[in-house]
Amino acid sequence: MKYLHLIWAALFRRKTRTILTLLSIIMAFLLFGLLDAVRVSFAEAGQSANGAERLQTGAKLSFIQPLPKSLQQQIAAVPGVKDVAHANWFGGAYQDPHNQIFTFAVSDNYLDVYPEVEVDANDRKAFDATADGVLVGDILMKKYKWKIGDRLPLQSQIFPNKEGSKNWSFQIVGTMKSKDNKAFQSQMIVLHWKTFDETTPYNRGAVGWYVSRVSDVNQSDRVAKAIDALSANSDHETKTQTEQAATKNWIKQMADIGLIVTSIMGAVFFTLVLLTGNTMMQAVRERTNELAVLKTIGFSSRKVLGMVLAESVMLLLLGGLVGLALVSIIGAALPAMSGGMINGAHVGAKSWGLGIALAVAIGFVVGAVPALRAMRLNIVDALAGR
Amino acid sequence: MANLVEIRNVSKVYERGKQKVEVLHHIELDIAKGDFLALMGPSGSGKTTLLNLIGGLDSPTDGSISVGGERIDRLGEGALAKWRSEHVGFIFQFYNLLPMLSAQKNVELPLLLTNLSAAQRKNNASIALQLVGLAERASHKPTELSGGQQQRVAIARAIVSDPDLLVCDEPTGDLDRQSAEDVLGLLQTLNRQHGKTIIMVTHDPKAAEYASHTLHLDKGTLVEQAQHA
Repeated sequence: MKYLHLIWAALFRRKTRTILTLLSIIMAFLLFGLLDAVRVSFAEAGQSANGAERLQTGAKLSFIQPLPKSLQQQIAAVPGVKDVAHANWFGGAYQDPHNQIFTFAVSDNYLDVYPEVEVDANDRKAFDATADGVLVGDILMKKYKWKIGDRLPLQSQIFPNKEGSKNWSFQIVGTMKSKDNKAFQSQMIVLHWKTFDETTPYNRGAVGWYVSRVSDVNQSDRVAKAIDALSANSDHETKTQTEQAATKNWIKQMADIGLIVTSIMGAVFFTLVLLTGNTMMQAVRERTNELAVLKTIGFSSRKVLGMVLAESVMLLLLGGLVGLALVSIIGAALPAMSGGMINGAHVGAKSWGLGIALAVAIGFVVGAVPALRAMRLNIVDALAGR
Repeated sequence: MANLVEIRNVSKVYERGKQKVEVLHHIELDIAKGDFLALMGPSGSGKTTLLNLIGGLDSPTDGSISVGGERIDRLGEGALAKWRSEHVGFIFQFYNLLPMLSAQKNVELPLLLTNLSAAQRKNNASIALQLVGLAERASHKPTELSGGQQQRVAIARAIVSDPDLLVCDEPTGDLDRQSAEDVLGLLQTLNRQHGKTIIMVTHDPKAAEYASHTLHLDKGTLVEQAQHA
């Protein structure tokens, strides 16, 4: 600690250069924090106490292949299954095709298998009684300033209505709220599957996927196998898995988020290593005489090595901590910004821990060469300017 | 008076590429404790090399060097660094203060290597600055001080850990006459009143007059000795 002022003073010897380098590090860690939040969010998708009780059954071939409605009764009869609901992708765009809102056509009991989603009893009653009624997540209600009773025009990505138009109109009859503010349903819309099925000529009794609640979590594997056995060797073979695994697979079919994030961060940190490494080399080179003076008055080579390494680590840590602090602030706004795809709460301990570890590791890497040069510095040559 | 420095048959050879350059040839020299010695000679005569060897910054190719009874030519790098921090104060031509630190913090530098508390370090540095007449400039950075003041801060840094030996390489080489005289006067005071042994390399005969005697080096060999009043 008694060398801290010396290291700090050396770090800010050239203020402009250090601040510019710090800005680069802050930007790199800001990007890291945001991307890591995305990665963690996707990695933890579907993880919840209630999620552990749920199994998702989709077509084995692809998640876009529909399943027959008749399967519902068969699944319900499998021992260990408490309840079975189903849903279809609707894909609603509001006002602008780019303004996508997660919208699903669901069975009447869909909300029963999601006890973490709160719906007011009156709203639920209104939903059950209104064929073109929809329940809207509370975050969406606030975002678009919608009110119960409003007509909601939505454009489906795929499904036309009876007139052949993809423009649908619904009535907002209630709101859905997540008990822990984490549930995806807070940012989605559900409509009646029956209405959807009767309106679009594209469906006709088909179901996107089934969601089953099991009575004993420890029996999930057995139940999943039993459900899949129902469709074995048919034209609609199924794959049943936990909600978490299903969500991960669904995401993986879109993109390998982990690989993308790792690739981007690899490139960013590689550039950061070159940039800060160059800065540190330059900083140490122009301080050759000062380092020689320190060695002259009795600082050992190891102490000089340690001080240069500490300077490098401090530079990275300083930038990293500021970057991660900014991520924490921005992270709180992520759920709204991402339409619920990214959960801001994940910009937390994991990202901080990994970020700090990375900052320290990069600090050591970029500081290693200049620190070794400083350690090996020959006092006589350095003082003579050779 | 007992010898502080004993140099026996010391030679120093530098390798410059494939060439070997013998800078010092078989030097024999004793420096008494409390002496103020001026080393003079033309450029390339080996003055600074001899000073570096006595100060433990470099090792001889041949021969032995004892300072205060310690064979410093036998010490390893780490031990030599520790020895320097405890026994030698260095004063350079261009002061070599750390530009980002205040005068006070520059003077405190050698004390970072001791077990003194922060308050003790601060107190000792203040006393050293007082001794060189710069107590009121303690918070100033080197760029805010004149050359003479910077050299006095460097002297404070050299004496703050109370070393037996001060080695000075052209301490007035970058100063105007008045500042040079102030610095030399200060060195003389440290020698006469505080008993510091001082070895000073200089080109300036007037500076050498402040020493108790002068040694001349030429082509790596001691050639004559002059005694001052």
